[in-house]
Amino acid sequence: MRRIGIDVGGTNTDAVLIEEGKVVRAVKAPTSEDVTTGILDSLTSLGSTGVLKGADGKPTRIDGVMIGTTHFINAVVQRRHLTRVAALRLGMPASASLPPFCDWPEDLSALVRGGVWMVEGGHEYDGRPFMPLDEAAITKAAQEMKVAGLKAVGISAIFSPLDPGHERRAAELVSAVIPDAAITCSSDLGRIGLLERENAGLLNAALADLARETIAAFEKAIHDSGIAAPLFITQNDGTVAEAGQARRLPVYSFASGATNSMRGAAYLSGLADAMVIDVGGTTTDVGQLKHGFPREANSVVKVGGVRTLFRMPDLLSIGLGGGSHVVLDPLKVGPVSVGYRLLKEGIAFGGTQLTTTDVAVASDVLKLGDKKKVAHLDPATCRKVFSEAARLAEEAIDRMKTEAGDVPLIAVGGGAFLIPAKLAGVSQVIHVEHGDCANAVGAAIAQVSGECDQIFKDLSRGEAISAAQGIANDRAVAAGAARATLTTIESEDMPLAYLPGNSVRVRVRVVGDVAAG
Amino acid sequence: MPLRDITLDDIESLAVGAWVLGTGGGGSPYLGLLNMRALYKEGHRVQLMPASELLDDDWVAAVSNMGAPLVGQERLTDSRTIARAVELMERHTGYRFRGIMALEIGGGNSIQPLMAAVHLSRPVIDSDMMGRAYPEAQMTSVAVADLMPCPLTTVDVRGLESVVEKVPTWKWMERVSRKICTEYGSIASTCKAPRTGAEVKKWGIHGTTTKAIAIGHAVREAQRRHEDPIAAILSVEPGKVLYKGKVMDVERRATEGFLRGRTSFDGTDEYRGATLELNFQNEWIVAWLDKKPIAMSPDLICVLDSVSGEAVGTETIRYGQRVTVIALPPPPVFLTPKGLQHVGPRAFGYDIEFKSVFAA
Repeated sequence: MRRIGIDVGGTNTDAVLIEEGKVVRAVKAPTSEDVTTGILDSLTSLGSTGVLKGADGKPTRIDGVMIGTTHFINAVVQRRHLTRVAALRLGMPASASLPPFCDWPEDLSALVRGGVWMVEGGHEYDGRPFMPLDEAAITKAAQEMKVAGLKAVGISAIFSPLDPGHERRAAELVSAVIPDAAITCSSDLGRIGLLERENAGLLNAALADLARETIAAFEKAIHDSGIAAPLFITQNDGTVAEAGQARRLPVYSFASGATNSMRGAAYLSGLADAMVIDVGGTTTDVGQLKHGFPREANSVVKVGGVRTLFRMPDLLSIGLGGGSHVVLDPLKVGPVSVGYRLLKEGIAFGGTQLTTTDVAVASDVLKLGDKKKVAHLDPATCRKVFSEAARLAEEAIDRMKTEAGDVPLIAVGGGAFLIPAKLAGVSQVIHVEHGDCANAVGAAIAQVSGECDQIFKDLSRGEAISAAQGIANDRAVAAGAARATLTTIESEDMPLAYLPGNSVRVRVRVVGDVAAG
Repeated sequence: MPLRDITLDDIESLAVGAWVLGTGGGGSPYLGLLNMRALYKEGHRVQLMPASELLDDDWVAAVSNMGAPLVGQERLTDSRTIARAVELMERHTGYRFRGIMALEIGGGNSIQPLMAAVHLSRPVIDSDMMGRAYPEAQMTSVAVADLMPCPLTTVDVRGLESVVEKVPTWKWMERVSRKICTEYGSIASTCKAPRTGAEVKKWGIHGTTTKAIAIGHAVREAQRRHEDPIAAILSVEPGKVLYKGKVMDVERRATEGFLRGRTSFDGTDEYRGATLELNFQNEWIVAWLDKKPIAMSPDLICVLDSVSGEAVGTETIRYGQRVTVIALPPPPVFLTPKGLQHVGPRAFGYDIEFKSVFAA
């Protein structure tokens, strides 16, 4: 099995080739404004090492290219490349005083809110219809959307996680009027919590154009590099989605960068349960691995100021990294950073801003830039800076720990040199080879999932759950997973008291490693 | 003391403070706050009136939303619905209400009277009947006083309306109104039995809206200044810190329409090595430090996020959270033998003698 993992970060685009479970080669290239160039550069750089060609000089087989990117979440945070969205909510007369977009930050709402339509429909908690679906009002709304030139549509309905029927019917009716509409149904995204689920749907719809363009750019870069392999996009939960699905649901890859680096850390270290510290240029993320996956946040997650209920890794971010500003008197490290301008602004590179990297160069921890330029930093000063960075890391680790004893810590990322061999509350600090490309490694090893979400009748609760599990397993295997590696990561059941015959809605999600080709 | 305007900043504080007084339950005030932000943006304002300004023969409406919090997250609270429950009561009884008060100041129900007040142009009375949140209808000051439990009106957003005209006891009221609520889709806006000005002055728990605003204001100010929010709460309320720790385990079960369970904590800071366990029925009921009961209802047990100072609810508390547990003094009406019958530890099935954290 040979896979290429690519992480498109804000600063660097990293690429790794993994062959039969081993990292063969890892490279870095600067991220480009057009995305394509950066990926192409990294693939060219990977190719220049000869690893993509066989002894006969012909391209060797690649089973898949897995790309992880922060592109979509950055678009929301930076308010760029967003599409205007028509919001259609089914649930009148309930919830009328809190219409779609009601709790969005004003600047984001001004960019995204294309119009709001609320009509009768939706369900009750027990599966009964709340109000009959007002199909005529939906068609009228769609005609108004068309006149307004809106093509991205977010549809939400009360209790749609329980019964998505009304949302799906509304999507058909809108498509009949606007055949090329990009429609997001909230039931595809979330759980109970109308406002948060609807917000996730609206964000997804706002990314419709960007997702189409970005995925096309990814496909072009792979094609131009001469690699004939399918494209996969990594998801928040450490699995991959085919390019087509990622284009439809870009919000599912929001946090995949962080997930990938934690999964990569697990893979490179061989540990399934540990703390992970990912030190980048500007920020450090601390999270916890449980059974090889990041522990998830289970409360409301804000994205660009919008409340959502995604499954996201539970991370603590602090302002510490390889580009962090250092002030010596009084001593202060971060949170401001020179970011991607490190190679211009750091003192060791001829700039004027003292950074943590300069301190590392002065103390021979890093061999970069010009050591003479940082000769004025004496060993005692350097020690003080390192111990301040260690203190910040210790505090973050302690906050994220869920058990009292000492735990192993895997240090990855380009700034991992800031993490010393001994830290309070840590049994062992593990630095791994290729740790600076952990996120690309995580992308390359992303898993395949299978899901079942349907209503079962005349079965006991236990029978219904195991039936759903069987279906999800078969779907994961069909998608390329090795059956022996399948594990259930989500299992939810909701009794539908209103429907006859002991009806229960079961949602099961399983994941597994990609089967050896 | 005359009426005063409640500012939007007061309501932002009320949402934070009422969540603290919710003692783990009462539901998040977030959706009520969103409604009030929208109403204030439209130019509406609400006035707060001390109960002492009521005439003995004034009539006062006590309001609350009842139902499953889960349903409230899908059928989002609408400011007009609670106003319709009050209007139905006025039509049914022929009374004209002087003002509107909260049944419970803890959690989301603290904001319901404000929403009704906007649509009905009446003041909000600065009193409630619990001084916190409690799970059942008989756990109020007016139930302790054995005042009339009926009539009660319930409405739903689709226009369904019912009146419970006659029941003999508060427990009967709980049973009958719960049935109606379930049929509506497990959510209903209700106006409780009308109270006279004399009854409110004698049996209301006074100044609780002001108190919730003060607590919330203290927390928000401390957050803004990066100071300790817990210390800020204790500077406006005569409370006591019971414990600091990290959530180690949460066990929940839904029984008889309530969320019951227990949460255990591992001590941090000066509580390192000490284990706390909290039992809950929607709200925090009893705290056990190393297996000994150290605080119990009717003392208010509040679990707060150690960093933000914001309340942590029994529905949302999770493994690994760092919290500070504090106790706040209860309304005196619950400290009488009759009061303890309604809300003491035995009312929740714990066979222990009530001892207040604040007893000398």
